[in-house]
Amino acid sequence: MSESLDLCDLYQEAILDHGRHPRNRRAMSDCTHLAHGENTSCGDEVVVFLKTDGEGVIRDVAFDGQSCAIATASASLMTEVLIGKTSAQAKSLLDRFHALVTGGEEAAVDGMEDELERLAMLSGVRDYPVREKCATLAWHTMLAALENPKAKGA
Amino acid sequence: MNTAPGALQFRDVEKRVPNDNALVVGEGDGALFTDGLLSGATPYDVEAVRADFPILHRPVRGRPLVYLDTAASAQKPAQVIEAERSFYAEDYANIHRGLYFLSQRATQRYDEARRKVKSFLNARHEHEIIFTRSATEAINLVAASFGEAFLKEGDEVLITGLEHHSNIVPWQMLREKKGIVLKVAPLNDTGEVPLEDFTKLLGPRTRLAAFAQVSNALGTVLPVAQLTRVAHAAGAKVLIDGAQSIVHMGTDVQALDCDFLVFSGHKLYGPTGIGVLYGKEALLDAMPPYQGGGDMIANVTFEKTTFAPLPTKFEAGTPAIAQAVALGAAIDYLTELGIERIVAHEASLLDYASRRLSAIKSLAILGTAAEKASVISFIMHGVHPHDIAQVLDSRGVAVRAGHHCAQPVMARFGVPATVRASFGLYNTTAEVDALAEALERVERLFVR
Repeated sequence: MSESLDLCDLYQEAILDHGRHPRNRRAMSDCTHLAHGENTSCGDEVVVFLKTDGEGVIRDVAFDGQSCAIATASASLMTEVLIGKTSAQAKSLLDRFHALVTGGEEAAVDGMEDELERLAMLSGVRDYPVREKCATLAWHTMLAALENPKAKGA
Repeated sequence: MNTAPGALQFRDVEKRVPNDNALVVGEGDGALFTDGLLSGATPYDVEAVRADFPILHRPVRGRPLVYLDTAASAQKPAQVIEAERSFYAEDYANIHRGLYFLSQRATQRYDEARRKVKSFLNARHEHEIIFTRSATEAINLVAASFGEAFLKEGDEVLITGLEHHSNIVPWQMLREKKGIVLKVAPLNDTGEVPLEDFTKLLGPRTRLAAFAQVSNALGTVLPVAQLTRVAHAAGAKVLIDGAQSIVHMGTDVQALDCDFLVFSGHKLYGPTGIGVLYGKEALLDAMPPYQGGGDMIANVTFEKTTFAPLPTKFEAGTPAIAQAVALGAAIDYLTELGIERIVAHEASLLDYASRRLSAIKSLAILGTAAEKASVISFIMHGVHPHDIAQVLDSRGVAVRAGHHCAQPVMARFGVPATVRASFGLYNTTAEVDALAEALERVERLFVR
């Protein structure tokens, strides 16, 4: 981590806005998938709800829970970019996002440049390794949800 | 270090500490209390003290470091750093086994460190001081060894609601192993442990009461002398976790009459890797060894081993020799500066910081006990503690955000985490101002 950092890189106005007014923060009673995630070290908690159609395309995404501004903004942004994606695309976005916030090797672009551009507002996290877990919490929970379809009638 | 000519001797100092224990310490010596406790402490020149701490002059994020995490670990004065360096450079060899000069010299230095700890705690005997790796290891030692010798299924250990995980988990592990019962004296809304609630939980099966003297998460000072008396009256032994308190007040184990007391070196402006278990001689003698190995034996054959006497019975293997020596240097430093003056300095910082932070509208302080050490835990409505700590860090202000290894305390107050600012002997009111100004920036950024 560099010594002198501009805090504005981390807390961009758009991030603060998502943190204050998160999109799609609600419970979803008719979801097809859900999972619960937490960062025990900081007490962040999130539940991610997904609704997929017959073709496996994500039609609705929501999250609920209490967390820091970074985790909340990241979850909020995630709900916006996942609409209309297949689960393969969602996993690909997770990989890209992970690379973005850790400064790791970026996977090949596969036609989701607009989404990636939106997510780039969280790239400041890479200078704050401790916050990486905050930024990725909702995403890892989303992956767990994809692998955890709700039993019919449950 | 700026040493006032009239710096008090330690025995004198500890009798003036204004807490519950001091009243006990002063018994039969009441004259010491009639002259106004803290008002008698000559303030020290904090800038001169700061000059002793090299790290405080290191800029962080392009600004002067404002270190407000002393409750997690204290920074080290040059005297401690130099003690460890010069020990390695001039006196180092393994202890206890060499007939040669350096080994004898190193052994003397190690023994001398034990004597310093003994005086610092006013223990009756040097061999009642066991060097461990940490306060945590010292508690684990008691849980394993005292637990092995004295606790049976159905016996009870009483702790309190404000314990650090290190004074919870070892007892839970013992519960798994031996079927003991763990009881917890509850916290009230100010973060205190009411004596009557504690007393109610003592019973004929209570074998041990184990509690912190100061809460690391809230700063509450527990009335440990009273708690010890009622626990003893119920026939229980007492372990005091002094990890937080030892640095904020004088500690006299004979006056407290506790059976065990633990602390760590790094919170006492000393090095990491060294901790202390004080135990009453008769108890330590009756307890089996904690670990087996070198140094802790009198004689070994493949048929039978006899154990060394105290304290080496509990110090298997090569100990943290240089760290013990440097801990001795930290004790010298504090004693020379004067515990009474440190107590007064920290009390005034706590008072100033409490007032300054209370003026911030969205901020709420958790833990408002009548008796507190210089620790302030707080939350800000609508802002996560990690975001607060992040903004503070950008201003060079180092605080802790999280559960402070005291998740049950967080649960009691219904929060996942808090921000904790803790003050040490080197902090200044200007640093409190820097904290308050940074918090005002947090408010501007996040609270709308």
